[in-house]
Amino acid sequence: MSTDLGMPLGRGLEGVPTTTEAQTRKEFSSDQEVRWCPGCGDYAVLAAVQGFMPELGLRRENIVFISGIGCAARFPYYLDTYGLHSIHGRAPAIATGLATTRPDLSVWVVTGDGDALSIGANHLIHALRRNVNMTILLFNNRIYGLTKGQYSPTSEPGKITKSTPFGSIDAPLNPLSLALGAEATFVARTIDSDRKHLTAVLSAAARHRGTSLVEIYQNCPIFNDGAFDAVKDPETRDDAIIPLEHGQPIRFGLEGHLGVIRAAGGGVEVAEINESNADDVLVHDAYAPDATMAFALSRITDSGVIRRAPIGIFRQVERPTYDDLSREQTALAGDTPTLQDLLDGPDAWTVS
Amino acid sequence: MTTEAKPVEERTRVVIRFAGDSGDGMQLTGDRFTQETADFGNDLSTLPNFPAEIRAPAGTLPGVSSFQIHFADYDILTPGDRPDVLVAMNPAALKANIADLQPGGIAIVDAHEFTDRNLKRVGYAANPLEDGSLNDYQLHAIDLTGLTIGAVEEFGLSRKDASRAKNMFALGLVSWMFGRPIDGSIAYLGKKFASAPDIRDANVAALRAGRNFGETTESFAVSYVVKPAVIPAGRYRNISGNTALSYGIVAAGQLSGLPVFLGAYPITPASDILHELSKHKAFGVTTFQAEDEIAGVGAALGASYGGALGVTTTSGPGLALKGETIGLAVMLEVPLLVIDVQRGGPSTGLPTKTEQSDLLQAMNGRNGEAPVPVVAPQSPADCFDAALEAARIAITYRTPVILLSDGYLANGSEPWTLPDVAALPRIEPAFATADPDAVFLPYSRDPETLARPWAPPGVAGLEHRIGGLEKADQTGDISYDPANHDLMVRTRQAKIDGIAAAIPEVTVDDPDGHAKVLVIGWGSTYGPIGAGCRRARLAGHRIAQAHLRHLNPFPANLGEVLAAYERVIVPEMNLGQLRSLLRSKYLVDAEGYNAVRGMPFGAAELGAHFIEICTKTDSDWRQE
Ligand SMILES: Cc1ncc(C[n+]2csc(CCOP(=O)(O)OP(=O)(O)O)c2C)c(N)n1
Ligand code: SF4
Ligand SMILES: [Mg+2]
Repeated sequence: MSTDLGMPLGRGLEGVPTTTEAQTRKEFSSDQEVRWCPGCGDYAVLAAVQGFMPELGLRRENIVFISGIGCAARFPYYLDTYGLHSIHGRAPAIATGLATTRPDLSVWVVTGDGDALSIGANHLIHALRRNVNMTILLFNNRIYGLTKGQYSPTSEPGKITKSTPFGSIDAPLNPLSLALGAEATFVARTIDSDRKHLTAVLSAAARHRGTSLVEIYQNCPIFNDGAFDAVKDPETRDDAIIPLEHGQPIRFGLEGHLGVIRAAGGGVEVAEINESNADDVLVHDAYAPDATMAFALSRITDSGVIRRAPIGIFRQVERPTYDDLSREQTALAGDTPTLQDLLDGPDAWTVS
Repeated sequence: MTTEAKPVEERTRVVIRFAGDSGDGMQLTGDRFTQETADFGNDLSTLPNFPAEIRAPAGTLPGVSSFQIHFADYDILTPGDRPDVLVAMNPAALKANIADLQPGGIAIVDAHEFTDRNLKRVGYAANPLEDGSLNDYQLHAIDLTGLTIGAVEEFGLSRKDASRAKNMFALGLVSWMFGRPIDGSIAYLGKKFASAPDIRDANVAALRAGRNFGETTESFAVSYVVKPAVIPAGRYRNISGNTALSYGIVAAGQLSGLPVFLGAYPITPASDILHELSKHKAFGVTTFQAEDEIAGVGAALGASYGGALGVTTTSGPGLALKGETIGLAVMLEVPLLVIDVQRGGPSTGLPTKTEQSDLLQAMNGRNGEAPVPVVAPQSPADCFDAALEAARIAITYRTPVILLSDGYLANGSEPWTLPDVAALPRIEPAFATADPDAVFLPYSRDPETLARPWAPPGVAGLEHRIGGLEKADQTGDISYDPANHDLMVRTRQAKIDGIAAAIPEVTVDDPDGHAKVLVIGWGSTYGPIGAGCRRARLAGHRIAQAHLRHLNPFPANLGEVLAAYERVIVPEMNLGQLRSLLRSKYLVDAEGYNAVRGMPFGAAELGAHFIEICTKTDSDWRQE
């Protein structure tokens, strides 16, 4: 998969002070011992983020990572930026207050599939519709890791876990379909083990002004090992990853023999491509103002065991952000009146 | 008709209740009468009472909305128990309120509305204006609607629009009865209806017509005068509790130099604070209407973490939702102002009625040992000072603080001695600064306050990570060490307990220092308890009164004060929440006086109770 996503740089970091001094990956590593299980996908994401941060050229003190609760939510402790490890599901709400009052900060949210889509789903959809300037990294391992292996809202039906010994009877939700339905302006998916793609997506997400949602397929070797093998295994991934690159026909497969075309009934589907239908292959348009096609693409992700999934930036559109509009109203409110005038009001009287 | 001047009777105090349908404009009528009364110079206290339904079907009992004002030629403490004058705009308003009217009181009724249909709708079998059932009162059955329509004929309004001005006719009439000036109301109507000259002129005409009606018609033989009260010199305005609270928050931002961020989800009776604060962007106040209470407090906490004064406003059900986040703020040790305007509970309870039943929720409604300072205002105007005090504690001690107001304070109003802003004490945020020679220790502490450094993002050299997991002392790193946890739990408790050293001692109103009975309360019961004590004293009893601004920690001298009295009475609009705190902390045999009717205590009710207690206690004492 190519990592040039063909995206122009957004204004997401406007207002955040930059530095001209060269930064290193090491400067972004805190002194805390990392405590994920050996082989956990979170390590790869942490390494990618620590390595990529210097590229942004931001002052370290103006970067804040806010997380909820879960394995992934330990993330902020390992970065030498400002960090806040909060409570289960609420990080987007906390980040909203911070981002609205502090335009000089680059605000990141780290969350898991349980944190973001179960207990915190309400905050997630409202952050997305408001389009508060923040970047949300959703570590989807399709399981509750920290509480030792219960099924999550993204687990496949029938999954046997500690809390579902007879198989899960819950219908899962598709995080990206949800985000698109919630009016998200930046929606992407990447994979923990593909450092280059991950970095490219994060770079575009950080620079997008508004709420960026990045779903990261993250392996949990302890409780849900191999959940994403199809898109990771060199043997299978070429036929499993549907690469989304803006302006490019959506073709994949070892010999490019697969592609995405319109399906009867309004959606899209994967088809064998040959001379007769080569012209039907869809060209990916991440900037399309209408989210219909992005939504259709999100639907070709397997909801059961994942055998195939689109990877890349589904949607990236400009829309005013809540925090910018809020600050704009404050700026337009004019000069500060005197507090005494406010307290006195129009009807004060004097007793002498 | 007569044009001779009518006799004027003097009264020291009067209670009037305006009652009508939700759509009849009774709150506006009451507000205007209040302002006229303030302009005249009486002391006053008001209490609106509205239905939970926005527009219950017109003419029904659930749709009745009322506004009560108590005014006097001396300083008064409550909006009054029973009205001397009841204005009832329809049969429902009469039926819902007549039982409260003083025997011999004046009932002014819009006879126009007493049709068979309207009477039937509220279950009157016969017309009470005619069946003699109101013989105990001075009844004035007047066609207020018809007279209003006649008075505004020249403005060419529809009959319906014309009749809408009948509340102004009633206001004019009552203003005449009590010698209130109406110029202020005329100016007010001019402004309010500036864009609709017809409506403006009709309302002014109705107001004048009402006053002239009183002056000229024979049915009103006398008018009354309540002389201005002797009020300490100063500048005053009338203010409701929710407005005073909002201004206190704006002032806290100005006095600390911090931007204010309010995260809130609408809920009665707290929403007006969100409405009011959303007007004050020019003061650096940002308001955020969140998706729920959890997000409201979460966003406020995020803003506080970023160096703003984070505030969240709610009522009991919302406080329940905020508990986990308040616990996080306890752990993070950042300033956070949590305002709970209490209403009747549990669950949705009585949304528009008052109660004091969230005290134990405020004290204990979190997991773990999570002490939070609690303060309470005692009157509508006092909400300003209480908000400033709560913000001062939050900022100085880096802690969430819960302020407990209630529905009665929120909507009630009284004259407020305007503070001189220049004389208000500043609040010092004292943000952490970077020291290049030292490692930053986010959980080091100020030796005096035990507060930790407040270090919002953006300062190089102070980068650090904090969270809800237990912190190692000093470094703030994650720590599961048993001894450290014990130390941190005790330290957080000691920090809150230590606030007692910096708050005023509780004062006792015990006129000659010989009372044996102490009445102690908190919050909005201050007025009724004070009025009850006055009654007991007038009856010849000695009784002491104390009122608590600080509920956590309690003032340092509280134990001593309680121990000095033979009997301690704790009136509360709950089943004894402060009482149980006092009993457990001070081993004092405090007795409750409790009612949860959704209404403030009456002065007469408390007075009678106090007299009964004093009589028993005094009888021993008089034998000495
Ligand atoms: C209010 C609350 N409820 C429940 C928990 C327990 N809990 C902690 S993490 C978690 C699920 C985390 O799953 P996910 O977000 O997928 O994160 P992962 O551990 O898989 O990275 C739960 C249920 C909690 N900490 N707080
Ligand atoms: S339980 Fe799974 S997700 Fe959590 S640290 Fe271990 S491997 Fe990672
Ligand atoms: Mg998970």
